[in-house]
Amino acid sequence: MPRLKTLVRREGGVPPLRGGHSLCQGCGIPMVVRTVLGSIETPAVVVSATGCLEVATTRYPTTAWTVPWLHVAFENAAAVASGVETAYRVLRRRGALPQADPITFVVFAGDGGTYDIGLQALSGALERGHRFLFVCYDNQAYMNTGVQRSGATPRAASTTTSPAGLESFGKVQERKDMTAIAAAHRIPYVAQAAASHWQDLGEKAARAAAADGPSFLNVLTDCPLGWGHEPRISAWIVNAAVESCLWPLYEVVEGRYRLTYRPKKVVPVEEWLRPQARFRHLFRPEARELLDAIQRRLEEDWAALLARCEADAASFDARPTQRS
Amino acid sequence: MATELRRPRVLTGGEAVAHAMRQIDPDVVPVYPITPQTPMIEGFARFVAEGKAGGEIVNVESEHSAMSAAVGAALAGARTMTASSSQGLALMAEVVYIAASMRAPIVIALGNRALSAPINIHCDHSDSMLVRDSGAVQLFVENAQEAYDVMVMAPRIAEHPDVLLPVLVCQDGFTITHSAEPVVLLEDEEVRSFVGEYRVPYSLLDLDRVTTQGPFAMPDYYYELKYQQAAAMTAALRVLEQVSDELAVLTGRRYGALEPYRLDGAERAIVCLGSTAGTVKDVVDELRAEGERVGLLRICAFRPFPFERARAALRGVEAVAVLDRSDSPGGWPPLAAEVATALYGLPVQLRSYVYGLGGRDLHAREIREVARDVTRLDREPTYVGLRGPRCRG
Repeated sequence: MPRLKTLVRREGGVPPLRGGHSLCQGCGIPMVVRTVLGSIETPAVVVSATGCLEVATTRYPTTAWTVPWLHVAFENAAAVASGVETAYRVLRRRGALPQADPITFVVFAGDGGTYDIGLQALSGALERGHRFLFVCYDNQAYMNTGVQRSGATPRAASTTTSPAGLESFGKVQERKDMTAIAAAHRIPYVAQAAASHWQDLGEKAARAAAADGPSFLNVLTDCPLGWGHEPRISAWIVNAAVESCLWPLYEVVEGRYRLTYRPKKVVPVEEWLRPQARFRHLFRPEARELLDAIQRRLEEDWAALLARCEADAASFDARPTQRS
Repeated sequence: MATELRRPRVLTGGEAVAHAMRQIDPDVVPVYPITPQTPMIEGFARFVAEGKAGGEIVNVESEHSAMSAAVGAALAGARTMTASSSQGLALMAEVVYIAASMRAPIVIALGNRALSAPINIHCDHSDSMLVRDSGAVQLFVENAQEAYDVMVMAPRIAEHPDVLLPVLVCQDGFTITHSAEPVVLLEDEEVRSFVGEYRVPYSLLDLDRVTTQGPFAMPDYYYELKYQQAAAMTAALRVLEQVSDELAVLTGRRYGALEPYRLDGAERAIVCLGSTAGTVKDVVDELRAEGERVGLLRICAFRPFPFERARAALRGVEAVAVLDRSDSPGGWPPLAAEVATALYGLPVQLRSYVYGLGGRDLHAREIREVARDVTRLDREPTYVGLRGPRCRG
């Protein structure tokens, strides 16, 4: 079970992702990267999709990475990882690796590179059963290109391609449930986590890395620029998504659902929405119905998830979760 | 020499490629099926299933992922091959460019096929021309034997430290991929020692020498990195000739960047790529027998293009007919454009002929007509074998 001290000690003064990169103040992505990589026992090799993380950490001839890192394109990170992982197994079998260490392969992609353009390659790689951990840092829009709407953008969010205006309340459609899509591949380990809950995230990363096959983490992270909030409330705003049950923290282990965090006092989704400029229009009087619909939808989803977790609870007690 | 003792087998071009892959024994082969490439990957899959090749096939969900997985595998230190055709190569195209830029020496066996629309499964060269400027080496073969031989050469060219580029081994779909011919194979051991080991210069999996690969480069560095690719392609021309020499020692068969055929004293020359050269050679023989001074220049390396050797080979010819099996609407067809560049400033008349799109046959009769028609002045490409008002060939 990773503690902050353990994470820091494991980094040994050399974080996998060093400072000096150009990610924004208040960006949740580096927290996700360091928590995930710090929670994995073995050396890690990282594959990144095109996106904020890639652009901000590898401006040639500099790099913020101290672990092996590879980027090829936007939509294909899972396919690239398939090739790297296959090469690793074949070369190990043939005694042709530089070192004999076991390696954990970790992919980092944004929601665009996961929910949208990267979905096909991800689905294929999950179906083929490559042993790698795919981490989606989900900040709910194409932030790198300037806040365009994605399949992860929630309903009513104003983005540069779904702007709110006199005739518009932002994005018309609901976001897709990417965690459920990953779980439908019946891979050994799928989890939903949040940048604000680093210990929960670290535990999930450790379990995901220990899984004998593909694993998937969908991690909610903020984007001060795209969400329109002050950088200093970065952790607070992601926490509000969890406390309102908009972004439940749970895992799906060998197909069985389990809640890993239950808010003691559920807060209304308004707490999460109100500090974000992208939802400002929801607080106009004529948006009341839409605001209620968002709250209602969230409650339905939460109830369905609870029912699912309760149904699976018995089998969890009988078979303890695999630990690293 | 052992060469004479070897009994030829009857193999299609696709099967010959599968045998070359078995003998090279690549580590990782990510593939996605498409006609007419399938005999290559099915043949290789059978060899793997029977334990005759020890690498791993990754049956990916698209050609885009095939090429993406190939880049990952190659940079991780695995000898990597894939195969494709037509729409498959079109879907791969984005990553073919990236593979070349990241200097991933992936061998791609291609069964050349027309591009949609209309959808068509038969041969033309539109697919490989689509990635003409990607920075991948493109070698066109004439028959199944050459498909095999060039596949054996391909890893040596791709992986040479001065090159490190993807190599496309282009064989005409169906005409070569599915036509059975006598093919002489090397012994497994000979191929293995010929290709040697793949040593990746910077392995992604090296934990002692950690690398960041595929970074973001701005105007201050991007240009220099692209220049290095251009320099690598220039080196590939030299490496191709070296490797051809080495293979010739083993087999007695030599393939360089181009093949002149009866060009000595020729007044007129035909230039083409691929299997069409076989038919053109027959026509050249007939015309020579009839006293006409006609020859052939077959281009084997379309990238890197052997400009100087092509110019030298065609110097002294009065008229050149370039046969292109792909078109560039609104411009000159790709082979004609390169040959025109090679001949620039020489007193040689050049005419461009497009033929065989979507697998339309090119008959000996039509090649004879081209050989006679070539001295006529015309700046527009002629469409040989086309029905309708522009039919002149």
